[in-house]
Amino acid sequence: MAAHSHHHNPALLHHFATEEQQRNSASFGMWIFLATEVMFFGGLFCAYLIYRHWYFGDFAAASTSINAKLGGANTAVLICSSLTVVLAIWAAQTSRRALMIAMLVLTMLFGLVFLGIKGIEYYDKFEEHHVPGASFSFEHVPIPSQPDQYANPRHAEIFFALYFIMTGLHALHMIIGLGIFSWLFWAAWKGRFTPEYHTPLEIGGLYWHFVDIVWIYLFPLLYLIDRHK
Amino acid sequence: MSGHSTSEHAKSPLTTYFAVWGALLLGTWLTYQASLLDLGRYNAAVALIIATTKALLVTLFFMHLKGASEKLLKLVVASTIFFLILLLALSMFDYGTRSFS
Repeated sequence: MAAHSHHHNPALLHHFATEEQQRNSASFGMWIFLATEVMFFGGLFCAYLIYRHWYFGDFAAASTSINAKLGGANTAVLICSSLTVVLAIWAAQTSRRALMIAMLVLTMLFGLVFLGIKGIEYYDKFEEHHVPGASFSFEHVPIPSQPDQYANPRHAEIFFALYFIMTGLHALHMIIGLGIFSWLFWAAWKGRFTPEYHTPLEIGGLYWHFVDIVWIYLFPLLYLIDRHK
Repeated sequence: MSGHSTSEHAKSPLTTYFAVWGALLLGTWLTYQASLLDLGRYNAAVALIIATTKALLVTLFFMHLKGASEKLLKLVVASTIFFLILLLALSMFDYGTRSFS
């Protein structure tokens, strides 16, 4: 089929027969990458589950020391950023260039707000000596379900190690996402995206949504263990 | 017959997008409120059910898994979930049933 010879879209690479094939291949590649990311984070979730099962009371005590309101606010911020991503893609599909650029900027702003709130949280944890290491301290903190008992600081330290590794790795993904979206913004500004060709927006969007999903699980698992009074 | 599918997919999905956004925010609020209730051993289950519902909404509607025609893509997603559950379930069958004191 010589269908490609009728195309005038310069974005269609010569080794793809059609634009649809090119678009599907690109998005398929991203889904494969996300599969590896699921297994990557999956190992950490597995470690978390095992230690939470063993040291549930200590995990609950450590979790209660984190600011759940900030974590909840950050969840809302990420959800809003996922909305602006789909709106940016919709704007590209319907030739609304100004809206597309505005939505990309908003997405990055939400990303920065997320990292800012994360920074406040980390600052609090540093102040409270809840960062695993030489100055770590978690003495005389009662276990929520057994207030007459103190949490074991060594076990709480494992919780905080997992907290910093998992949220830190997630924050690293956010920073990479901001890099990707800076490039998307630049490309959108240059007018590279049209209703026929905006594959990079869709691929970058898939990545951004995945990072959102990881946070959707991190929020209840790390911030909301045994919070009830 | 090749390049017209994008515009056809885009029959104003805005209602869906905003509805999903609202549902995700509601889910976040529900997660927080549910964590303040004493549901005994079901607190974790409720949190995970809400989180999984939210994750499904994001993958189906924001990542457009719903309506994806490629069987290969569905195979990748299904096998990802399968191997993640294999990893978590087998590990917990082991560590969860050890007498640890």
